[in-house]
Amino acid sequence: MHLAGVSKRYGAVSALESADLRIERGELLAVVGPSGSGKSTLLNIMGTLDRPTAGNLRIDGYGVAELSDRELSALRARTIGFVFQQFHLAAGVPALDIVADGLLYGGRRRADRRRAAERALRRVGLGHRLRHRPHELSGGEQQRVAVARAVLGDPPLLMADEPTGNLDSASGAAVLDLLRDLHGGGTTVVLITHDRDLAAGLPREVRLKDGKIAEEVRR
Amino acid sequence: MSPPPLRPAPMWPADVLRVGGYGLRSRPLRVVLSALGIAIGIAAMIGVVGISASSAQEIERRLSAFGTNLLTVSAGQGVGNDPVHLPDTAIGMIGAIPGVESVSAVGRTEARVYRNDHIPARRTGGIVVYAARTDLPAVIRSRMAAGAWLTAATGTFPAVVLGAAAASELGVVETGVDSLVWLGDRWFTVVGILAANDLISDFDYGAFVGWPAARAGLAFDGHPTTIYTRAADDAVRTVQPLLGATANPEDPGAVDVSRPSDALAAKQETEQTLRGLLLGLGAVALLVGGVGVANAMVISVLERRSEIGLRRSLGATRGQIRTQFLAEALLLSLLGGAGGGLLGTALTAIFASYQGWRTVVPAWAIAGGVGATLVIGGLAGLYPARRAARMAPTEALLAP
Ligand SMILES: Nc1ncnc2c1ncn2[C@@H]1O[C@H](COP(=O)(O)OP(=O)(O)OP(=O)(O)O)[C@@H](O)[C@H]1O
Ligand SMILES: [Mg+2]
Repeated sequence: MHLAGVSKRYGAVSALESADLRIERGELLAVVGPSGSGKSTLLNIMGTLDRPTAGNLRIDGYGVAELSDRELSALRARTIGFVFQQFHLAAGVPALDIVADGLLYGGRRRADRRRAAERALRRVGLGHRLRHRPHELSGGEQQRVAVARAVLGDPPLLMADEPTGNLDSASGAAVLDLLRDLHGGGTTVVLITHDRDLAAGLPREVRLKDGKIAEEVRR
Repeated sequence: MSPPPLRPAPMWPADVLRVGGYGLRSRPLRVVLSALGIAIGIAAMIGVVGISASSAQEIERRLSAFGTNLLTVSAGQGVGNDPVHLPDTAIGMIGAIPGVESVSAVGRTEARVYRNDHIPARRTGGIVVYAARTDLPAVIRSRMAAGAWLTAATGTFPAVVLGAAAASELGVVETGVDSLVWLGDRWFTVVGILAANDLISDFDYGAFVGWPAARAGLAFDGHPTTIYTRAADDAVRTVQPLLGATANPEDPGAVDVSRPSDALAAKQETEQTLRGLLLGLGAVALLVGGVGVANAMVISVLERRSEIGLRRSLGATRGQIRTQFLAEALLLSLLGGAGGGLLGTALTAIFASYQGWRTVVPAWAIAGGVGATLVIGGLAGLYPARRAARMAPTEALLAP
């Protein structure tokens, strides 16, 4: 993935200013910065959920600016998995079906999707919670369901916006271990966090300040 | 080297249905309430069409059972309100008109009939005693519920045939020598009971005695008061205008000529007018139901912005989001339509069985109901679905 001079303005507010960033396949990196520094904006743009007001973004060889909305949808379905801060799990739906919906727009059959969902849930350690609905799960378990949904189709790119923000340290560590696991399996993982200790444990760290990339650390 | 083209995978039809139904399953109460308007509209329309079709079929059945070629000739009111009798010769004269197939007659008597000789004379129960010719049932196509019609022999005796309603009023259930009624100051034997007559309902409240018996014992003057005649089907129109003058050449104006089947046909026509009106009301209810569905869908889209954003992040195209909400609106109104169809059919069945009709719900009404439902659901869902599809993924995800 390659960002070149990417900016995003909301009216008078400049949420992101000429960001240049290159992320190689299989990297694990943290995006850190104070609140309002443009972390979520950067993730939305890198995840093709939003288009930049200026600059260029290439993902997997595709020039995002030239892609239509349909093509972007296909790119998201195939290439990118998202884990959101607010989980976004459908109320009253069993975990298995929530996770299976991660592949809903990928063209695979339902039985196929559910089999993959079961595998993904076992992988995140929720093999015993397949039929539980979100309100019957703890916060950490809900976040793991969200991760399972994001990684179901083995997308090469995983975007996680504060996936540990709402969790106690034990649950947060479990989710982080999961992300490290995926990274070990070859997935590119972009992790947004305001937790400096957490970021300090990752191989690469991008620090944002006032919509600009202030500093980069590689370990 | 350019990467392969990106093409969204089409959704399986079963998935389209399941995703469309998802919003309904998670909000059952709202589904019921917003489908109710459509259900009421469809139920009203199916009910109206069903009941009038059942009624039309019943009228059709009666018309074909009794024929449309029966004509009646009755003595009208003369000057000074004296009942005018028809001349004795009228029966023969009418029988001689070309095209007339059969003729019979009754003569109204002043006699009264009672259950027994203890009932005070005033309480007549509305039963009219007629002198009847032996060929009457053949002409009016009456059937016997029990016993037999008057014959040349029984017509001279104190024997009586009762109409269906008259029999139950008098408490008579069987015929024969033990079954007696008090008629014109003497006992008469009930020899027969008529089945209910839909075309000439007056006869249900009739008691029929033979012409000779009426003359002998009931102070009957022997003049017919109503003549019943059947004309060949293609001669009805030519025979009808001749009947007045033929029956009473001296005073044709004092004769009422009618065709009982006309009354039934007229009934059918008034029902059709009423049906149009009720259908209009049903259409208004349907429209209101459609607005209800549109309203529910707009609210649903607003409430589910984060779901929309999530689906977009999972790779749903705008078209797939639009399809989801359109499918939801269609399912919602189809649900209402199905409920309304069942309700309307049930209403028809209850009403028809209460009236003793056969239940008829025309297939075109069902098909029309389904069609109307789909059109309304589609129209109601169009705007909300477009609105959902236009939402930017990030904007949708920002919603709580
Ligand atoms: N839709 C929007 N309209 C207007 N301004 C916006 C919009 N989204 C973000 N902003 C602004 O852009 C800036 C960056 O927002 P962003 O959400 O990227 O911050 P963040 O780093 O993710 O903060 P946090 O850590 O609190 O999540 C903020 O000042 C915010 O007010
Ligand atoms: Mg944020």
